[in-house]
Amino acid sequence: MKLLSAFRSSYLNRRGTTFRSLDPSSFDGGFIPKPSPSSIFWLAIHCLCCLISLILGFRFSHLVLFFLFSTSVTNLYTTTAGVSQLLKLKPLEKANVTAKSSRVVVGRHGIRIRPWPHPNPVEVMRAHQLLERVQKEQKSLYGVRSPRAVIAVTPTYVRTFQALHLTGVMHSLMLVPYDVVWIVVEAGGKSNETASFVGKSRLKTIHVGFDQKMPNTWEDRRRVESKMRIQGLRIVREEKLDGVVMFADDSNMHSMEFFDEIQNVKWFGAVSVGILAHSGNAEEMVMSMDKRREMEEEESSSLSSLPVQGPACNATDKLIGWHVFNTLPYAGKSAVYIDDVAAVLPQKLEWCGFVLNSRILWDEAESKPEWVKEFGLLNENEGVESPLSLLNDPSMVEPLGSCGRQVLLWWLRVEARADSKFPPGWIIDPPLDITVAAKRTPWPDVPPEPPTKKKDQMSLSQGNTVVTIPKQHQQQQQQQQQRASKVRKPKRRSKRSKHEAKPTDTTTQVSSSTKHHQERN
Amino acid sequence: MKLRSWVLIFIACNLLTFSTISAFRLSRSQPTERISGSAGDVLDDNPVGRLKVFVYELPSKYNKKILQKDPRCLTHMFAAEIYMQRFLLSSPVRTLNPEEADWFYVPVYTTCDLTPNGLPLPFKSPRMMRSAIQLIASNWPYWNRTEGADHFFVVPHDFGACFHYQEEKAIGRGILPLLQRATLVQTFGQRNHVCLKQGSITVPPYAPPQKMQSHLIPGKTPRSIFVYFRGLFYDVGNDPEGGYYARGARAAVWENFKDNPLFDISTEHPTTYYEDMQRAIFCLCPLGWAPWSPRLVEAVIFGCIPVIIADDIVLPFADAIPWEDIGVFVDEKDVPYLDTILTSIPPEVILRKQRLLANPSMKQAMLFPQPAQPGDAFHQVLNGLARKLPHDRSVYLRPGEKLLNWTAGPVADLKPW
Repeated sequence: MKLLSAFRSSYLNRRGTTFRSLDPSSFDGGFIPKPSPSSIFWLAIHCLCCLISLILGFRFSHLVLFFLFSTSVTNLYTTTAGVSQLLKLKPLEKANVTAKSSRVVVGRHGIRIRPWPHPNPVEVMRAHQLLERVQKEQKSLYGVRSPRAVIAVTPTYVRTFQALHLTGVMHSLMLVPYDVVWIVVEAGGKSNETASFVGKSRLKTIHVGFDQKMPNTWEDRRRVESKMRIQGLRIVREEKLDGVVMFADDSNMHSMEFFDEIQNVKWFGAVSVGILAHSGNAEEMVMSMDKRREMEEEESSSLSSLPVQGPACNATDKLIGWHVFNTLPYAGKSAVYIDDVAAVLPQKLEWCGFVLNSRILWDEAESKPEWVKEFGLLNENEGVESPLSLLNDPSMVEPLGSCGRQVLLWWLRVEARADSKFPPGWIIDPPLDITVAAKRTPWPDVPPEPPTKKKDQMSLSQGNTVVTIPKQHQQQQQQQQQRASKVRKPKRRSKRSKHEAKPTDTTTQVSSSTKHHQERN
Repeated sequence: MKLRSWVLIFIACNLLTFSTISAFRLSRSQPTERISGSAGDVLDDNPVGRLKVFVYELPSKYNKKILQKDPRCLTHMFAAEIYMQRFLLSSPVRTLNPEEADWFYVPVYTTCDLTPNGLPLPFKSPRMMRSAIQLIASNWPYWNRTEGADHFFVVPHDFGACFHYQEEKAIGRGILPLLQRATLVQTFGQRNHVCLKQGSITVPPYAPPQKMQSHLIPGKTPRSIFVYFRGLFYDVGNDPEGGYYARGARAAVWENFKDNPLFDISTEHPTTYYEDMQRAIFCLCPLGWAPWSPRLVEAVIFGCIPVIIADDIVLPFADAIPWEDIGVFVDEKDVPYLDTILTSIPPEVILRKQRLLANPSMKQAMLFPQPAQPGDAFHQVLNGLARKLPHDRSVYLRPGEKLLNWTAGPVADLKPW
């Protein structure tokens, strides 16, 4: 600690002195007037010189001071020159001579290693705090000047994979370094499942129910989702929320850079979305890839084979069109029902690739550009396929992410089988007591051994040996005895049968050890 | 008495306001900081009009032919001597009339005799220098007029004009006797050392500006490395037992911090060296065989706070750049406590140092760009020379007065080149 304070004080002292080490009597700017007369005198000289320089427009004062001090400086150096003369004559006795003028000695030095040359955890923590502070400063310098709130609109409904999807979205939104308002629109009305996620997120949330139930085909689901998103936008308009609206579909994955990038949107922006057209059937996937390769050979890249959807720019970074995911390889083989084992294809332009300034949705036409349709007059029954229908002029969309070159989020649709059930709230209650047979276990069933003799030995040895396997084995043996009465042979779940296999070896080991004990005793 | 005190207070207030205004100057992208007053502003001085330099026309065997023999001299860290001549030949401070010149420049490339590895051999340099001086002394009267006191030479080698790479031998030789009165522009700087004479101008070693510019990464990349260093810790070829190389300081760094996660130190030569420096907060600049190193230049360009571990080192342009405020100085004996020292620096101090480093005039002063740009190292050298003007009356010798001993020094140096 002493060292620490010594370092700090010496460091601060060094800061206080000026860089002109030749000039020991110089003042530090003369702003702290000390009561001694000499310092006041120097202060006066400095003021006078500054005034003269102001008048003359020429750095007069420093030349004067330099010449004043140059004489004293030359005296200093002549003495050291004299020392260096001595050095030239007697190179071997450097150590004694240089100790007066310089503490640096030429020659072999020891390698200083402190007694315990390992990191100190307190210092490591402090270093991390310094790193954090520096990075915070960097962010404030190069990042967004005045960050706006992020308004995430998520359509969802209760199903097996909802927990998987919503957890991902929830965690992504919780990590966003800006204010977040999460609008969750749920098909089939509000439910406890969704409410628990929304509540866990510790974000500002708006959870509303939507009257329709989610249909069973992808086509219809898209339509209902669009309607739900419009509902969410309506909420933004009614509550007059201010910020950047993005569409966080519950099965998508967002990168953190996405949230940083959308802060740059002025009115209406588009980002590139990675399309993960997942199919449940691996063979199908391979076939579609081959087909795609065939098509690439036939046509000369008129269709993009990248799984990306987003804005397309020309060389001067102006929006000229849209990249659309190439669905031809999947023609006829895409999923229709939600639980089909086939590739789920996106529509032409997914909602999630667009972000908008929430002021577009507001009532008053404050500074809204004319190429935006009035949201309040939107006719839903016409069908709102993509957010571009909110605009009069789709060419005014701003391409984000270095003009669509960065893929900032990924689109994925994966759902469980239609008949899959999941425990409500994912809490198993009452506890499971039915063990389903694991068919085709690779190890043979172990017949239950009569445990009488060995049980006594076990109880003796438990005090001496610190082996827990005998206890388990004991338990299992008891269970085995209980179950032996049942007609059905107890083929346990894989976990338990593993344990079953082991005791055959350990019993022999334990018994040998106990024998050993007994022999000793 | 009262009136005087009021006047003083009034003047003090004015000074306060003026200095605080100049203390911060917000630039477009990052608020940088300038040390107000004499220090930081001096970097922006324009030497044009303040001095005149006459460049001697030496036969090309002293400069061009040597360069032709080995073009590697253009890219190694001693290339400053070559670029200095090129800059002066086309600079507005050059004058073709030696009568009106304040300073005389002798373009002799003493550091261009390279081994196959690229390291310069200094053995012929004293003779070369001596021969050049004999030439100018016999062909022009200006050397004899002042015995070289208004001449300047660029000697960027390890120990300057001592012309040896081994420190003990360099100290033994001392500065070339003929250069005793001249001004030396050198990279070596250590207080109270034989090879740094009074009035020398310390310059940074040459670092290729284009190469560094091409490795810049966006400023928003977060600095996630605490301490960064790449280089040798033990010079196994020349000092296998350790203790000689870097006075044991680099070995101490390795032994104490090789398992410390905060210290990203190794002997590798990664291709992302420059990019990594931009992702680090502190960059170690320990001494090697000589106290200076291009790491200082690289650290300043990439905004990494230099941690200078070299006792009594004199840093480049020390009278114009406030190194104490910009870098962290650690004594060689304190190297085992480097982690304590660095982690106990308050965050405001670190941020201030980074702001000072971000000052573009700071970065410009460390570079030797071609073509020369205002505020770069060439101009700082000229500023330094201008600050030494006007010459003292005593540099002009009376006719017949001789101060230099032309036969001093080792016998081998007296042989013709």
